[in-house]
Amino acid sequence: MSALIKNPFNHDLPPLEAPLVNVQLDGQWVKVPKGLNIIEVAKRFGKFIPHYCYHPKLSIAGNCRMCLFEMGMPKLDANRKPVVDAEERPVINWLPRPQIACATQATEGMAIRTNSKLVKDCQEGVMEFLLINHPLDCPICDQAGECRLQEYAYDFGKGRSRFVEEKVKKPKRVDFGPRIILDDERCILCSRCIRFAREIAKQDVIGFVNRGSYSTLTVYPGRVFDGNYSLNTVDICPVGALTSKDFRFKMRVWFLREAKSICTECATGCNIIIGSRENIVYRLTPRVNEEVNSHWMCDQGRLGFHYIHSKKRVTEPASHLNGSLFPLEWSEALRTVAQKLMEFPPSEIAFLVSARLTCEELYLVKKLMETLGKGTEIFSEIIPRKGVADGLLRSADLNPNTKGAIGIGIGKEGRRIEELKNKIRAKEINCLFAIHENPEEVGIQEDILSSLSFYVWQGLIPGPAVHKANILLAGASFAEKSGTMINIAGRLQKLHKAILCPGRAREDWRILRDLLLLVGVKERVFEKINDVFDAMSKEIDLFESLSWNTVGDLGIDLSQKLKNRSIL
Amino acid sequence: MAKAEYRLILKHADEPGYTVDIDCYLSHGGYQVLKKALAMPPDQIIQEVKISGLRGRGGAGFPTGVKWGFINHEKNTKPVYLLCNADESEPGTFKDRQIIYKDPHQLIEGMVISAYANRAHLAYIYIRGEFAKGAEILEKALAEARERNFLGKNILGSGYELEIYVFRGAGAYICGEETGLIESLEGKRAYPRIKPPYFPAVLGLYMCPTIVNNVETLCHVKHIVEMGGAEYARIGTPNNTGTRIWCVSGDVNKPGYYEYPCGAITFGELLYEVCGGIRNGNKLKAVIPGGSSAKVLRADKKYKIPKKKEDGSTEIVEMGLEDIPLDFDTVAATGSMSGSGGIIVMDHTRDMVECLRNIAEFYAHESCGQCTPCREGSLWMKKMLDRICTGGGRPEDSKLLLEVANHIAGRTICAFGEACSWPVQSFVEMFGEEFEAKQRKESSLEILEPLTNRTA
Amino acid sequence: MNATEKDLPQLEESFIEEAERIISQYPVSKRSASLPLLHLWQRHFGFVSPQGVQWIAEKLDLEPIAVEEIATFYPMIRQRPLGHYQFKVCRTLSCALAGSYEIFEYIKKSCKTVNEVGHHVYVSEDGKFSVEFVECLAACGNAPVMMLNEEEWMDVTQTKIDAILNHLIREKRKEEF
Repeated sequence: MSALIKNPFNHDLPPLEAPLVNVQLDGQWVKVPKGLNIIEVAKRFGKFIPHYCYHPKLSIAGNCRMCLFEMGMPKLDANRKPVVDAEERPVINWLPRPQIACATQATEGMAIRTNSKLVKDCQEGVMEFLLINHPLDCPICDQAGECRLQEYAYDFGKGRSRFVEEKVKKPKRVDFGPRIILDDERCILCSRCIRFAREIAKQDVIGFVNRGSYSTLTVYPGRVFDGNYSLNTVDICPVGALTSKDFRFKMRVWFLREAKSICTECATGCNIIIGSRENIVYRLTPRVNEEVNSHWMCDQGRLGFHYIHSKKRVTEPASHLNGSLFPLEWSEALRTVAQKLMEFPPSEIAFLVSARLTCEELYLVKKLMETLGKGTEIFSEIIPRKGVADGLLRSADLNPNTKGAIGIGIGKEGRRIEELKNKIRAKEINCLFAIHENPEEVGIQEDILSSLSFYVWQGLIPGPAVHKANILLAGASFAEKSGTMINIAGRLQKLHKAILCPGRAREDWRILRDLLLLVGVKERVFEKINDVFDAMSKEIDLFESLSWNTVGDLGIDLSQKLKNRSIL
Repeated sequence: MAKAEYRLILKHADEPGYTVDIDCYLSHGGYQVLKKALAMPPDQIIQEVKISGLRGRGGAGFPTGVKWGFINHEKNTKPVYLLCNADESEPGTFKDRQIIYKDPHQLIEGMVISAYANRAHLAYIYIRGEFAKGAEILEKALAEARERNFLGKNILGSGYELEIYVFRGAGAYICGEETGLIESLEGKRAYPRIKPPYFPAVLGLYMCPTIVNNVETLCHVKHIVEMGGAEYARIGTPNNTGTRIWCVSGDVNKPGYYEYPCGAITFGELLYEVCGGIRNGNKLKAVIPGGSSAKVLRADKKYKIPKKKEDGSTEIVEMGLEDIPLDFDTVAATGSMSGSGGIIVMDHTRDMVECLRNIAEFYAHESCGQCTPCREGSLWMKKMLDRICTGGGRPEDSKLLLEVANHIAGRTICAFGEACSWPVQSFVEMFGEEFEAKQRKESSLEILEPLTNRTA
Repeated sequence: MNATEKDLPQLEESFIEEAERIISQYPVSKRSASLPLLHLWQRHFGFVSPQGVQWIAEKLDLEPIAVEEIATFYPMIRQRPLGHYQFKVCRTLSCALAGSYEIFEYIKKSCKTVNEVGHHVYVSEDGKFSVEFVECLAACGNAPVMMLNEEEWMDVTQTKIDAILNHLIREKRKEEF
């Protein structure tokens, strides 16, 4: 698979050239790739085998014993050839000893029973064992509502407890690292976190100490589990043993509304789910996309949403007059901006655009520039952000939509920032429109901004020199708008609006659309984001023959098109 | 008159004047069999072992020839390792200690022959940590063998090279499980591996083919090569060949270790004639025939044993415990197993519930903790037995003990699951009345029915 | 010399040589030498301190958690000092039938090991004696069996305990003399 992260194991993705074998699944003969483990075999046919320690991207441990199933092998005659029945199917010998589904691979003639009397007995037994030393923490445990112990106890457990002895006591609020708290009593010792730390995150600091029922998960004394992928263990922990400090006690998961979106902290564009309630984002969790991030995301991206609710955010349009901010009505603010923009000759206008905007917004900026330019190209540039790639998910490009900016034709990948600075100083550029960028970050400080005749600022959190702006427009964060972005591998991915904009802020594409109307482009009356995308696909050949509805939740690969245009 | 022992392995173990140094061993014909073996093709040695019918002496009784046959030497390209399992920790067993402490060179010779047969060039003796003296004796013996070219490069000019090192364990019974031993030897926690796919003959030590054999088994290999497999197979009975060392402990007058051919002596003869009968003139109540993992046998019960008749057919004979001959299959036919040969005897003064409690604490303590049923279940059973023995028993506890044990056996990664549940199952089934007597009529701790019961 | 060695001036040449010799016995994987090195450290220092774990990890190019995991798995490896004279009495069935629990109590009384530091582990006030239960020592024919440090004692009786303690006290006096 072409995921940007290399998983050491992919148990759910058998090689394409694997031959198909016949297995009997609960009485039905089906064909499955040879070597596929039984949990995946059952999944392909809509049957669920409960499991804790198995994970498709980690090594097989086989220690929880929850996936026990009844296995049968073809009966062999004296010549070791399978005995067949009237329908040419092998006769099955059922093994008295159950096998674990995660470690058993499909072979020709194997038979599987996922819900016989033996299987039910195994499942009830294992559930009972898991619960005898488990603390009664559900009322205070963050995992409630997404806890596999709760779910399987309900679906596969006995429904009553027979344990009347004293439970084993273990440490309860262990500082596992800067972002995780461990509760050893809740831990069911499945070892998923240890395998993840060793095999994927490559930070080998956690392990089991002591023995038997007293086995305890610990961080080596003196070390912390603080890698940039540590919070993935909170995702994969099937119970509430590992919990995120950031999310601890904040919200019950069943209240969270889930919206599928994309992380915007770097160009990888990990697929995420935004968990929000009543227009407050509480957490981001990764969404499975084998072409991008597989099952993971980095901690930086995961926790990079608090700024959405920052008190420093501009939530209403305002104008700057004599040192104070005056709130304006949107119609008034936009009219002023449009008027002013049309006053300047095209050569004196510059757009400082963010590569964190969606493709639709960049398209509308392009359209705006074309309309104002009347044939001349208006100066535009993006602010580049460079980081260090970590070999896993994090990209060296910290802007999520650089490829989109290049594909739509905005800026020169940040090479003209110095030129912009000089032009402003020399008063060749007198009107600056900064969208979701603070010019102070690239050295265009107050003194340079003072030379501008007109400075419009649109965005979220202003920089220190925002008082130099004539008009402030309140924009939207990534959680408050729908749109598309192109990641570093050339994949077009969709964001979905999760929450309403705070105050009187509006989605940026709506602001730009209104500006377009005010500068005279009468036919661009876009009602929904679909309309913007479809218009964009007609005008920009990169998006040729795509429509908003045909781009699915897992995105579309545009890498070939980008290669043809030398963007990739 | 007590039956005479057939001391094959323990021939020189308690001989007056016999010492552990190599010169003493050589003067008694030591390392001659190695010379003979090195002149044979390795596959022929494996064939002799197969013909001999040798079964593992560690407890499982798996045919050694079959185990050795698992490695396909034609196709294999990885190094092969031989591991000697000297982690004797099964309660009631103390036979390997005699070999290590009194006749170590026999083990070394047996190991070199076995390693040669299996094309291994590196072998380890995994000895339990508590045998500190034994490890010292083995190290010295290995140094002597190295010096005399019975070990190391170009052994006795044959071109074969082998190195053997001693690895000391540190107090974990689970290291006696073959894959637990391998994990421990690799420097990790002794968590047994899941089989499939980690069969030692395929993916063993360092993921290479590995043969793990018990100390006594490896010594038998030497004798098999010496007398030939067919001759060895004449000792004992069909499918139960060779001699076995039976370790008797508990309430007998002369506890100790005694070597007999399989099937040559019955429980009664061993306990009453060889071991001098039950102490203080007490009555025999129960016997655990094969180390504490084996199911207990009740003395006053009759067992249905299949016996092969002259004409080849089988008939079921009812036998008392005293008449059951000591071997692999007959003891297994009682429902128990001869296991490691550790026979623990309990007389009529012993409280069976307390005995089970003692055994249950052993397993709770030794569980490695890797898989759910054993980790949680073994400690649960121990806690239940603690409560029952201290006056908190309830009428439903016998049934609960059985059900917990039934939920462990067969559901675990390794045989420890069976090892910790069989004692519970057998004690409760065999001596149910003693358990009931400890469980008061009124429950002091009720099981509560939940308000909503999951339907079917 | 690795980083930890610099902080441990009391690691003699002979100790490090012995460690190297042990490591050479595991040519395929250095990790196999972890338990033998833990034994070596414990023999020299009486118990394995966090420094010991650190030193062994560095010596074998392992993460320290890998060594900590096995140090806590095996009961014979101590991570806290425990009595100069450690009595380890077998508690498993054959020895229990032969009276090992009574022997345990007798030792506890005779050595005045009153401080409970673990489950069935007692240390005397002056830290000289400790007594604990261990599992089957594989000498059941000579039950009750116990170990005193690395020495095995079989057919233990109260008389034998008295004799051992007298001997130990005489030895201690000789040392002080």
